[in-house]
Amino acid sequence: MQFISTSPRLANVSEPLTVRFLLLGLTLVYLLAMLVLPLGVIFVEAFRKGYETYAASLLTDDSIAAIQLTLLVTAIAVPANIIFGLAASWSIAKYQFKGKSFLITLIDLPFSVSPVVAGLIYVLMFGAQGYLGPYLQAHHIQIIFAVPGVVLATIFLTFPFVARQLIPLMQAQGNDDEEAALSLGAGGLRTFFSVTLPNVRWALLYGVLLCNARAMGEFGAVSIVSGHIRGKTNTMPLHVEILYNEYNFVAAFAVASLLAFLALVTLCLKTALEWRYSGELAVSRGH
Amino acid sequence: MSLTEHQRRPWRTPSVLPGFGVTFGFSMFWLGLIVLIPLAGIFTWAASLGFSDFFSILADPRILEALKLSFGGALIGAFVNTLVGPVVAWVLVRYEFYGRGIVDAVIDLPFALPTAVAGLALAALYAPNGWLGAPLADAGIKVIFTPLGVIIALTFIGLPFVVRTLQPVLADLEPEIEEAAATLGATRWQTIRKILLPALLPTLLTGFALAFARAVGEYGSVIFIAGNLPYKSEIAPLLIIIKLEEFNYPAATAIAAIMLVMSFLILLIVNLLQGWARRSTGYAG
Repeated sequence: MQFISTSPRLANVSEPLTVRFLLLGLTLVYLLAMLVLPLGVIFVEAFRKGYETYAASLLTDDSIAAIQLTLLVTAIAVPANIIFGLAASWSIAKYQFKGKSFLITLIDLPFSVSPVVAGLIYVLMFGAQGYLGPYLQAHHIQIIFAVPGVVLATIFLTFPFVARQLIPLMQAQGNDDEEAALSLGAGGLRTFFSVTLPNVRWALLYGVLLCNARAMGEFGAVSIVSGHIRGKTNTMPLHVEILYNEYNFVAAFAVASLLAFLALVTLCLKTALEWRYSGELAVSRGH
Repeated sequence: MSLTEHQRRPWRTPSVLPGFGVTFGFSMFWLGLIVLIPLAGIFTWAASLGFSDFFSILADPRILEALKLSFGGALIGAFVNTLVGPVVAWVLVRYEFYGRGIVDAVIDLPFALPTAVAGLALAALYAPNGWLGAPLADAGIKVIFTPLGVIIALTFIGLPFVVRTLQPVLADLEPEIEEAAATLGATRWQTIRKILLPALLPTLLTGFALAFARAVGEYGSVIFIAGNLPYKSEIAPLLIIIKLEEFNYPAATAIAAIMLVMSFLILLIVNLLQGWARRSTGYAG
């Protein structure tokens, strides 16, 4: 009969049943209106004109090019952040040195920078009027309004994801396993790959999952550095915006539905990881 | 390993693990290349404008209105989330009901959903013929292309920050404190108001600051529902993009520098608040 109860630990200190129902009801209604309806509206709008139109709007050359570019950018940005995340967490978590927490704050910095500002810093660096602009132009290297700029902006915005998952976990695990491996004669690399990496694999996967979702969905920063050149520097989120501004709503929602589907898959995998490996992730469960 | 008085304390405690040099060196190199040098670039750019130019740019009414909307909207959005978030976190932590796992996962939707997709969805939802826009329009409330639309988008993206900050702290609170209050004759409401809320206040403020920081710089989820009318529903990040497209780099840089300084200030405040939260709840997360 207990549709809504409090956990036994808290049985003595809880609200009356009516209050509990009221709070639960308010929560569900609010979450439905604020979070679930926006998700639902994407799929409804995408399939408004039927399955054929949906498929057709995804199979245009521009849409396919956008999907390919998004995959390419992600395929560069995610491994780059895995390598950085592993290196940074090893050097920060396994050793004691001064200024460590300041360094962690610096790594977290990209999370508190507006995506648009993140795009702007690369324009000021590599753009035609930027610090390196004249040099790059003289050597015919284009970074802004080209794929390298999109990759750079994506790496910037996904920078902390892997490191901030691994650092607290590695700190909590300590150095005992590694020291044992070394004393048994394993080399540094072998110790890392057969002891440290397996110890943190689920947290690493968790970080990669979040990093991947953000990399594929990044919009503001990429919007500044890409120049919106169709078929060339247009990622999926940018393509959504262009289609929407052309009043091609079904196609815009069709491409958006792919990204929403990605978000749902990410949420499911993330929740599964949290349930299955809660012990290993709990220390690092920020957002 | 024992340190005598005469030895200088080393910067790094010696360790038997190999590889510090190469991993630390690589991390610093990459951090500098991707994050620190480009970020520093914006301040040298802003500094090259000089004080009078910098402030005369920011005195432009259109820029002032945009900054007001971004900061004001973010404040209201974070405030709404600070009212709603505790209720949601309370229900998720304290009550057991069917489907709690799913409801808990749904909270992360604003994190997981790409901002452009969220923006598109909100615009469709609150359009005059949308699922929520139609009943609101009947009631005489116009959401799309108004500051209200901006506030709704900024509320949408901020909710998980408050809920996810509160949840672990709430889960860690000792029930004995509440039981003690109850045995001493406090009503449930008195216990919540006088015992729980003061203990949770620093955590709540941390969530507020995080939601506010995210909302100030938000772009993707806002621009579709806002309609971007100058002086009315135009946010600061969008104005940076507009100034860039006009090749007005000084104006774009000045707006960005103000926003960056604000983000760093908020980051500092969050760090102080988290220290306070640790002391007042004992939660070490």
